[in-house]
Amino acid sequence: MGRDRSGCVARSALLTALALLLCCPVAGNTAEQESHTERGHSRWGNETGEPQPGFHIVSLRWEKVQAPYVIALWILVASLGQAVFHLSEKITSVVPESALLIMLGLILGGVVWAADHTASFTLTPTVFFFYLLPPIVLDAGYFMPNQQFFRNLGSILMYAIIGTIWNTVTTGLSLYGVFRTGIMGKDLNVGLMEFLLFGSVIAAVDTVAALTVFEDVHVNEALFIVVFGESLLNDGVTVVLYNVFDSFVAVGAGNIQGLDYFKGIVSFFVASLGGIAVGIIFGFLLSVVTRFTERVRVIEPGFVFVISYLSYLTAEMLSLSAVLAIAFCGICCQKYVKANLCEQSITTVRYAMKMLASGAETIIFMFLGISAVDTNIWTWNTAFILFTLVFISVYRVIGVVIQTWILNHYRVVRLEFIDQVVMSYGGLRGSMAFALVVLLDLKHIHEKRLFVSTTIIVVYFTIIFQGLTIKPLVKWLKVKRKQQKEPLLNEQLHGRAFDHIMSAVEDISGQIGHNYIQNKWTNFDRKYLSKMMVRKSAQISRDKILSVFRELNLKDAISYVSEGEWQGSLAFMRSISDVNVDFTGPRYTALDSSNSAVLCENASEVCLDMQATENRAKSPKDREEIVTHHMLQQHLYKPRQRYKINYSRHKLVRSEDEKQDKEIFQRTMKMRLEHFKPTKLEVNHNATIRNTKKEKATIKKHSDVVPNKRTPTHSHALHKDKDSEVKDHCDPSDDGISFLITPEINESEETITGNIPCLFFTEEDQLVCQIIPLWTSDEGTIILSQKVNLQVPGNPNNFRHSSESIDSFLLADISKEDPLSESSV
Amino acid sequence: MGSYSSHLAKIEDLHGMIQETGFTKAHICRLYDRFADLDKSETGKLSREDFQRIGELAVNPLGDRIINAFFPDEKQSIDFRSFVRILACFRPTVKDNHADPNAPEPINSRSNKLRFAFQLYDQDRDGVISRDELIQVLRMMLEAQVTKDQLESITDRTIQEADLDGDGAISFEEFRKSLENINLEHKMSIRFLQ
Repeated sequence: MGRDRSGCVARSALLTALALLLCCPVAGNTAEQESHTERGHSRWGNETGEPQPGFHIVSLRWEKVQAPYVIALWILVASLGQAVFHLSEKITSVVPESALLIMLGLILGGVVWAADHTASFTLTPTVFFFYLLPPIVLDAGYFMPNQQFFRNLGSILMYAIIGTIWNTVTTGLSLYGVFRTGIMGKDLNVGLMEFLLFGSVIAAVDTVAALTVFEDVHVNEALFIVVFGESLLNDGVTVVLYNVFDSFVAVGAGNIQGLDYFKGIVSFFVASLGGIAVGIIFGFLLSVVTRFTERVRVIEPGFVFVISYLSYLTAEMLSLSAVLAIAFCGICCQKYVKANLCEQSITTVRYAMKMLASGAETIIFMFLGISAVDTNIWTWNTAFILFTLVFISVYRVIGVVIQTWILNHYRVVRLEFIDQVVMSYGGLRGSMAFALVVLLDLKHIHEKRLFVSTTIIVVYFTIIFQGLTIKPLVKWLKVKRKQQKEPLLNEQLHGRAFDHIMSAVEDISGQIGHNYIQNKWTNFDRKYLSKMMVRKSAQISRDKILSVFRELNLKDAISYVSEGEWQGSLAFMRSISDVNVDFTGPRYTALDSSNSAVLCENASEVCLDMQATENRAKSPKDREEIVTHHMLQQHLYKPRQRYKINYSRHKLVRSEDEKQDKEIFQRTMKMRLEHFKPTKLEVNHNATIRNTKKEKATIKKHSDVVPNKRTPTHSHALHKDKDSEVKDHCDPSDDGISFLITPEINESEETITGNIPCLFFTEEDQLVCQIIPLWTSDEGTIILSQKVNLQVPGNPNNFRHSSESIDSFLLADISKEDPLSESSV
Repeated sequence: MGSYSSHLAKIEDLHGMIQETGFTKAHICRLYDRFADLDKSETGKLSREDFQRIGELAVNPLGDRIINAFFPDEKQSIDFRSFVRILACFRPTVKDNHADPNAPEPINSRSNKLRFAFQLYDQDRDGVISRDELIQVLRMMLEAQVTKDQLESITDRTIQEADLDGDGAISFEEFRKSLENINLEHKMSIRFLQ
């Protein structure tokens, strides 16, 4: 393993070096050209000199391919760099991606500079704003957990808008104040407006970058969504503020009248809200379009990207906030797109989006590194730089503390001290700041170079220093605050039980106070929007989702139990191969309970107990105690509050709780089934069932439909016969579900058949009733039809992916609801 | 939010409820909204199916037990008053030093919260959590990959730790004692039920 690793590293390093070497002649060639990333240049027609006389079989036509070649090469180098980093897990858990990339950029910049002594490759604003930023924002919008986002919207808006404005204004004014005291030197040609403009540039925070190191240290779930939402929205706010101040500067500080200030404020709101409106319109447009793309599945993913990109460009054209437009396009369309598109397209979209976002960010940071090497842009003013660093940190902290204090009065889930530390310390400045500062107009801003160099230094400092130290800092704080006493087994156990109780009671008591808006929205959505935007087929199945879902899973539960009984014990067994349902049974493994086995599992989990347990004496009793503690720690189901939302630009993360949900769900359904009393069964049906139970070979199918006003009962049994298709015609009468019973092979008395409560479909459409068994073995397993599987997934999470529906259960998004979060201030 | 007046009329003995549970009028109305929301068959009572329809409970390890806790004494349906009474248990406790020592214990006292949890474990209502009952609960709360032996060993150790009188089972007093360090008021309270 070690040798392999080093071999891999060596190879990759070699490849990278090769790529770098290739860049040098490239650098040499383009020394005199503009940035290669200007795609406007077309080199197809140009040739450097006259074609040499005579016919050449093979010739080197560098100029023809130069531009696209170089672009491709850069992308390749960026990707190789990422690949090299990820070879070592230790590095990625300590250092945030942005830090790694920025250092890669520095190295490359050094190489280019050494080869060339100029910075041939710079990040032009055009490329940044038109090609690199949209994928990143779209990715954030598309993967945004909508439920939590809207529930925390108040906090998010407050941090994004008020926080950014606060940062901008305070930084700008303070710098201006310092300037006036003369510490920065008398030869700076800047006024108040320029400082405010600089403030807006440097205020944009990218906190998500810092959170990627927190995968194993438990961060408050509410914190994550607030930070995520904040970093998404504040990009938009920053750009708007920037434009406002930029136009002020262009007009000239002396010429600004009161009316202009007012106009500035109004334009802020207009640009933001207008951008959001454009985004929403395009989001709905996209949803409607995907409704009709059933026949063109191959190009379905393309629609998502193209229409989202159009929303960005449209908003840009109308001088509205393009960032907000594309973000909200992603937010609005996710639900309908996921309902409409086929599974493969959804996967394609997800991966492509991550690829673009990750790639774009990589390229940005690389260029950031390379641009830093350009000596032309360097202007050094110690006081300015120092004060900037101080002010942004201090004001960020102050801003966060004040806002959190205000918000905690309204929030149910408070943001604790440690969350505030994470938010303020994790406020890294990123690529946005750099792109904006380079965009400054030199004619109006005379000290552009100073701003640029300061920005570069700030970005480097925050990303490298703060990014590297945030995790140790948080760990240190957490450990300090954690109780030194090892919790008793009882406390651990019962404490966890209490957590579960509390989540259940929260669910039962509902979102008191906030349910109203949510219900209104879901009703509206169901009645009007979904009818417009979700495919007919998805709609139909969605309407039946709950009932059929329950039915299917209960069937699975039945089959589980019956299978277990048939096998002679209730040992859970994997039955994936036999049952064509997405349904992994928990495996019965004989884990040995030795120390090493237990402690080796889930090695990535940070067990902050470790230091406490290490101090204990290693007597056998204590060792056993440790084992038990760890076992409880690792194997207790997590309560809902502890579920983490996980977002990373560079990774697609599937949450762990899916497995947990499945297990619990299956178990619950099985138990419910066993406990149901046969209150609704008619006696004669019972008798008939028991009769058929005796027949081992075949089991007669009942389709006794009793369409009367009482609660009629259906009992269906499936043929064991391979060739017959069983169609269950469901009676469209009162509420309920019909259960399907597995054929009882043995004559075990504990049949579920006697205990089936029968509930029914309300809907008239019968397509969900078609269960076509495909018997591949003699075991009493049920295999569901492909059709049913496609439309109605067999486990809670697939189900959520494919559609959303109205019931509170079904409202849960991919990531879990947190009912304690505030919906709106 | 919502029209309280129309609901108020439907709630019987509103004042009695307020006295007993300590909820405010607004809260009770909101709980009534929720009750009505859950009561799909509009019978004015909630049955087990209504609770089971709440999907999150299906993925809660103790979900079914908690549902059962709402249906004491083998009843099959509960009315609004019982619903509120049970939920009142989870109101945050307020330290009231001037409380009349002779007054009945408030519903949301620490003791009642503990009792709620205790009853989840103690299914046969004999006043102690036996080894089997604890194994059952642990089975529910632990991941499926934990083996039977591990389960039993955890159970034994847990009982050992809490059992003070050596009877091999955990009585309510022992239960209470083992949890005296936990901040129960914080853990077993829903703030928005205040």
